[in-house]
Amino acid sequence: MISPRYVREIPQRYRLEALKCKCGKINFPPRLVCPSCKSREFETITLSDEGKILTYTIIRVASDIFSRETPYAVAIIETKEGAKLTAMIADSNLEDVKIGKKVRLEFRKIQDEGVSGLHCYGYKAIVT
Amino acid sequence: MRDVAVIGFGMTKFGELWNKSIKDIFVEASLNAIENAGVDHIDSMYVGAMSSGLFVGQEHIAAVMADYLGMAPVPSTHIESACASGGMAFRQAYLDVASGNSEIVLAGGVEKMNDGADVTAALATAADQEYEVYNGITFPGLYAMIANAHMHEFKTTSKQLAAVAVKNHLNGFNNPNAQFRSKITIDTVLNSTMVADPLHLLDCSPVTDGGAAVILCPLNMAKNFTDKFVKVIASTQASDSIALSERKSFTSLNAVSNAAEKAYKQANLKPTDIDLAEVHDCFTISEIVVSEDLGFFNKGKGGLAVEEGRSSIETGEIPINTSGGLKSKGHPVGATGIAQIIEVYEQLTGQAGKRQVKNARVGLAQNMGGSGASCTINILEAI
Repeated sequence: MISPRYVREIPQRYRLEALKCKCGKINFPPRLVCPSCKSREFETITLSDEGKILTYTIIRVASDIFSRETPYAVAIIETKEGAKLTAMIADSNLEDVKIGKKVRLEFRKIQDEGVSGLHCYGYKAIVT
Repeated sequence: MRDVAVIGFGMTKFGELWNKSIKDIFVEASLNAIENAGVDHIDSMYVGAMSSGLFVGQEHIAAVMADYLGMAPVPSTHIESACASGGMAFRQAYLDVASGNSEIVLAGGVEKMNDGADVTAALATAADQEYEVYNGITFPGLYAMIANAHMHEFKTTSKQLAAVAVKNHLNGFNNPNAQFRSKITIDTVLNSTMVADPLHLLDCSPVTDGGAAVILCPLNMAKNFTDKFVKVIASTQASDSIALSERKSFTSLNAVSNAAEKAYKQANLKPTDIDLAEVHDCFTISEIVVSEDLGFFNKGKGGLAVEEGRSSIETGEIPINTSGGLKSKGHPVGATGIAQIIEVYEQLTGQAGKRQVKNARVGLAQNMGGSGASCTINILEAI
């Protein structure tokens, strides 16, 4: 059974839905209040899948659920619209993960809920 | 608001305390503090702890500790702000006394991290669960991203990061309560296992069990108990976005600069007036960034400053982490902020032994939570 906690995040994780505030700030993930101007009026937008790496690391010691995937890279990505998000890097050489590199966000499996549990999906970044 | 003094302290040794439970650890530190301060009762108590629920499966920790300390029915309050829980507990105890609500107050902190929990996962709950941790980041990983940004922007080097660890281990060597009393070299750090690039194992603070406590009272009552007391001249706090990705800059911590600005104003001091500082070196890069955001060194020069010995006990204009810091003394998360206050207190009352900073009059303690989403700064002055 899919947990409500997981379902709530599907629009953001599967479709990169964000809220654009009337002040121009892109809020990803969505919020009830814009932290920049305190407005509560937003327009729903879909982020593009193109972005660049602002900073990154290569995780060599992970928590238990990701321990079989080490070493893997995680980066903060800025999308074309200026939204910033944290994403794992997939299908790329670790040596190619650098600040300023262009990436494409793709729909991927992220983790499992428990040993034989639900597959959990979202976005990962591929260095282009 | 009335003036407040710190009149005594107690702590356990920091390390892997296999034979002691979280209750034993908190009670031992608190009894030491009560005895050291010479008080015969307390009016209220604050317990800083990040996550006793995840680490040992025990919540309702404030009531547990009041009970086992033999202090029930005094009001006992749990303060949680991730790794800043201890510093925040101190600040709440300060406000309790300053407001006139209570007279003798205990501020304690504790964490029992070596009882079998998935420590990396437990610590990661201080970050955004759905958008950072879900995507595989860890705490060393978050600070590693800060480090890579700092290296990219200011040409900070791995050697400069290592210099923080070397200095703090040298200081911790002279601290009998420190977890790792071993001198290390730049090469020891650079040759240690990589945890999250560019942070090596010895760039990271350890997993630690430990407890620490101090006693506060109105300044005008302090001499009734002891001749070793210090005055709290600033106590401030600030917050920032929980996710690192939300910040405008990854090389500055706004909660730190914001709390610092307010603290200097409250104490009517400048950064150059501070004689020593305990800062939150959960990772070597955090000491570098924080030493800049506190105004001790120019932005981008924190790495160079530690390399040049500007924060060493012997040669520095501002000795930083004379206790050994989180790096060498250990980082039992909830106890850390209180242990920082204890080091400043010991320095200002001339009890720091081989770590003693000469003519220390004013000391600052900076404690932060998560990747800098919360920060508290307390400044103490010798009387």
